[in-house]
Amino acid sequence: MTERKIRVLVAKPGLDGHDRGAKVVARALRDAGMEVIYTGLRQTPEMIAEAALQEDVDVVGLSILSGAHMALVPRVLDLLKANGQAQVKVFIGGIIPDEDTPKLKELGVSAIYGPGAPTEQIIADIHAIVADAG
Amino acid sequence: MSLAQSVLSGDRLALARLLTRVENDTPEGRAGLDELFPHTGGAHLVGITGAPGTGKSSLVNQLALSFRKQEKRVAIVAVDPSSPFTGGAVLGDRVRMRDLAGDAGVFIRSMATRGSLGGLAQATVGIVQVFDAAGFEVILIETVGAGQSEVDIARLAHTTLVVEAPGLGDDIQAIKAGILEIADILVVNKADRPGVDSTERALKSMLDLAHPVAKVFMHHGTPLVPPIFGVQNGGMSEGQGGWIPPIRRTVATDGSGLPELVQSIEEHAQHLRRSGDWSRRERARLEAEFELLLQQMLLARFHAAVAETELAVMLDAVQGRKLSPRAALEKLMEEER
Repeated sequence: MTERKIRVLVAKPGLDGHDRGAKVVARALRDAGMEVIYTGLRQTPEMIAEAALQEDVDVVGLSILSGAHMALVPRVLDLLKANGQAQVKVFIGGIIPDEDTPKLKELGVSAIYGPGAPTEQIIADIHAIVADAG
Repeated sequence: MSLAQSVLSGDRLALARLLTRVENDTPEGRAGLDELFPHTGGAHLVGITGAPGTGKSSLVNQLALSFRKQEKRVAIVAVDPSSPFTGGAVLGDRVRMRDLAGDAGVFIRSMATRGSLGGLAQATVGIVQVFDAAGFEVILIETVGAGQSEVDIARLAHTTLVVEAPGLGDDIQAIKAGILEIADILVVNKADRPGVDSTERALKSMLDLAHPVAKVFMHHGTPLVPPIFGVQNGGMSEGQGGWIPPIRRTVATDGSGLPELVQSIEEHAQHLRRSGDWSRRERARLEAEFELLLQQMLLARFHAAVAETELAVMLDAVQGRKLSPRAALEKLMEEER
């Protein structure tokens, strides 16, 4: 089995302690044949970027429900770039107000999913963005 | 500069990328391993295995912290199972290793078994070699939650820790051969829980069966040790060359017992070097690696030489009970020569 596996880091930055959504997504991605590195609650942007580097992931999924996304997401993106991992795609799941969406996308976020987003959509999008990246 | 050269110069991103290529067994990964191999052989490889729920990940976390206090660079390879149906995996060992975040002297890599049995992934050997060449002095290899047959780790590691915990049906488990016989050090983790004494007792009685330990007879209050035995309760035997696996109690959540465990790990390394077992184990490991690579190469060569259609024809003959599987393959190989 030497086929290339898609590796995804699923992380929960910030202080809210609710990781059910992150776990549901992690399991769905596993069932789609991906390798999901799950890091648990209360990760700092530094921890996330470091894990993304060590694990050499293709995609980072951030679950944020606390409302702190405008502080946390740019920091994660900056650190990924600083580590030489600008090619890593970032998606967000959680509660993100509509008015923040364009700004986050402009910063380089690939996709944003609200509560109830079908996991099939997330899987299809990841396949598409990883294929794009080559 | 090649990826391997960047790894040797300490580039962490290059290291991560080479690990991926080795794991995916790409031509670049194979070339990297060839280039790095002369730089390997410096690391102490420590395997950590045991049943699910015994606290392996937490123990690895504590071990890494302890080795970091000695300023040794530590790599961690954490293996978790792939789903046999989808090939996907959730690799969750990092959850227990948060304490290590932000320390540039630690590098954690999670890997899925990708269909391989035995508690490790096929690429684990290669991953460990990359870390070894990159200058990590201690490499902690955590197997999947293993039970009874996952003994590959003993072939790979210099020192194998088998982790048990109270309350996991130990009396019966301990009697089962295999997993205990590979232990260089036995760890009773969660030692703050009830039942720890009986767990340790069960392990000890199992060890007595596997390694006939010197019985200490008291003679007028002074211990009388038969001259052929040099060991009383674990550790090094002077002059005899044998190693009796010590049993160490730990509580991985608060670090209790860790200094003693680290000391045992270091004593084991000294013992291996002194007795010559270090190079014997190395030799056996390389031999096993040879064997495995040989199988893979021959298999690849066979599939390259034999057309799918030929194979299908033979399979028909076998299914029709005209040929045995062995005879069919022999015929195919004969033709290819």
